[in-house]
Amino acid sequence: MSQTDVDRPDSDPGAGHDSQEVSVSEALLVEPSRLSPTRRALTTVLRSRELSIFLVLVAVVVLATSKNESFLFSADGWRNFLLNPSILLLLAVGQGVVIITRNVDLSVGSVMALTAYLTGRLFLEQPGLPVVVVLVACLLVGALLGLVNGALVAYGGVPALVITLGTLYIYRGIMLTWAGSDRINAGDLPREFLQLGTRTVMTIPVLTIIAFVVLAVVGYYLHTARGGRELYAIGSDPDAAVLYGLPVRRRILAAFVLSGALAGLAGALYTARYGTVSSNVGLGIELQAVAAAVIGGIAIFGGSGTVWGAAIGAFLLVTINRALPSLGIEDFWQRAVVGALILGAIVLDRVLAVRQARRLAESRDHS
Amino acid sequence: MSTASTRTPAAVRTYDAYSAPLWKRVLLTRETAVIALTVAVIIYSIANVPNFDGPLTLKFLLQDIAPILLIALPMTLIIITGEIDLSVASIMGLSSVLLGVLHENGMSVPAAALLALLAGLVCGALNGFLIAYVGLPSLAVTIGTLALFRGIAVGLLGTKAVTDFTEKWSDLATGTIGESRIPLVIIPFAVLAVFFVVLLHFSTFGRGVYDIGLNDEAAHFTGVNVARTKFILFVLSGVVSAFAGIYFTLRFGSARGDNATGYELQVIAAVLLGGVSIFGGRGRLHGVLAGVVLIGVISSALRLESVTVNVTNIIVGLLLVASVILPSVLGWAGSRLPRKASAAPPGPRPNKDAASAGV
Repeated sequence: MSQTDVDRPDSDPGAGHDSQEVSVSEALLVEPSRLSPTRRALTTVLRSRELSIFLVLVAVVVLATSKNESFLFSADGWRNFLLNPSILLLLAVGQGVVIITRNVDLSVGSVMALTAYLTGRLFLEQPGLPVVVVLVACLLVGALLGLVNGALVAYGGVPALVITLGTLYIYRGIMLTWAGSDRINAGDLPREFLQLGTRTVMTIPVLTIIAFVVLAVVGYYLHTARGGRELYAIGSDPDAAVLYGLPVRRRILAAFVLSGALAGLAGALYTARYGTVSSNVGLGIELQAVAAAVIGGIAIFGGSGTVWGAAIGAFLLVTINRALPSLGIEDFWQRAVVGALILGAIVLDRVLAVRQARRLAESRDHS
Repeated sequence: MSTASTRTPAAVRTYDAYSAPLWKRVLLTRETAVIALTVAVIIYSIANVPNFDGPLTLKFLLQDIAPILLIALPMTLIIITGEIDLSVASIMGLSSVLLGVLHENGMSVPAAALLALLAGLVCGALNGFLIAYVGLPSLAVTIGTLALFRGIAVGLLGTKAVTDFTEKWSDLATGTIGESRIPLVIIPFAVLAVFFVVLLHFSTFGRGVYDIGLNDEAAHFTGVNVARTKFILFVLSGVVSAFAGIYFTLRFGSARGDNATGYELQVIAAVLLGGVSIFGGRGRLHGVLAGVVLIGVISSALRLESVTVNVTNIIVGLLLVASVILPSVLGWAGSRLPRKASAAPPGPRPNKDAASAGV
């Protein structure tokens, strides 16, 4: 509602501007094709939200490393730096895609718990099962659970927040009922599966590689493919997307299926990484995934942001958690720092949006 | 009823709701359905669940749902304005920790509780300021403050717990009114409930709350102070959450940073189950209170049947999903039946919201 009142500039400070020599930022905003392609790409990157979040991440890592060499420059430190965020990264990518369509998926933590237990169960009952089969099974189960969410949201005509809050309870309840008082322990799992969680290829953990491949595929799809662009269109104005003839329901369904599938994969990887599955796997991680996406520049009301940002946001959240003790702050304060970061990110978004709207209005008045 | 609407077309109001006779408007509502379901579940439990009519059931049932009952009051108003507050459980945790820390440092319980309430007010004011005056989306803000307030609570106390509360105060939280089975906490709840019912249903402020939920720009032009209304609601939510946190602490005699984690989703589930629309503009308090009681009765009865809490979670989740899906399904079915199409107004917000189904 307050978006409209900033469209009208009350003053006109840049009235002396000649339309020929507009600033780079204005050109990028109003008529990007006026800039040369390289310059356009460079300015876009330099001004991107992803870069600023990345710089914050670099700053945190540099600070922590300067206090404690082994934060990054030890075999363990380097591995943890890459390994710890990879599960949250998968969830944040899926969550990011859903938020871009102006929905939200709160059930990812429960889906993850369900497939984490499923992984252990499969190995218990079929000890010789190949690892790939288990990963695919988890992916499929996750996709199925996501399909339920998506079908209810897209065809039921009800808000995603309510539906996924409901399925958060249902999926978690199913997992707990199924598991009873069982726990999956590292001893129940085949060695090659556990190695998946710790093995590295050229010092890069396999889990991180999986997460990065997923990120690259989803990011590329969102950036270039028709389906990906339509997700943005749906998120920025659902009604207009319907009028324009976009397959809104199918796209929203696909976004939820993707989010569920990635959460399913994350559950399997969780079991591989930690070796134990207890009842509180992924409890509350859905809010962390939303937080990662929001910090990474995906607007909570859809239509903008990239999964690259969400991925950097996930890295930042997890890294801060590990960096605080090296900085001499008790890690109890981690959540407070995260909260402050989220608030900072959305206030920043608001300020930038207001400024951009004013600039657009000014340049419109000039022409 | 179709005859009524065709007889005097000019005088007929266009709202579907007003084309029905009064008894239908009163009885065929979400609230009545929830209340009826609650009563049915209670009767079934009394008849079939052993010990459900026992002396302790009511006391524990009410004590268990008291925090949710309390927070559901302001949450209802907030959701009716189309906003949401996810930070309530974190405010509970923060007030619990403050009570514990201040008490440990020699402050008396009432003074510490007062400061904890004040902290709740400040937390609510922060939420309210960012949402109402800066204009940020409440979902994002309160996810942020959910982490922030919980982080401060955990940061202040670490993994310790403060447990040395004097018996006088713990007894107050666990005691009952006289010889009855009704716990004392129901008294402040009743006072607050009357306050919120008057505020929402019998005051200009409350009409403004509905106005904002239906269309906040229109509300602005009809003279509702949108920002101030939202700000007040978030402050109220903060204070009531802090009060619930104090009750929670004294009842279990322990102040911990992770007290009441996850309560926000339980409160929201109860409010939505009670017939409040997440889009705003619809919902009544009696439906919400019935929703809270319904969840409480189901979990209490299942516990007596020694069914685990997991099954309760599944049932609550299914109820929540069903309660929002049903109107759409009924509306769709109604529009498919040509005979009923003219009579039955389609359910609130049918398929057109598939696209705008938002957060």
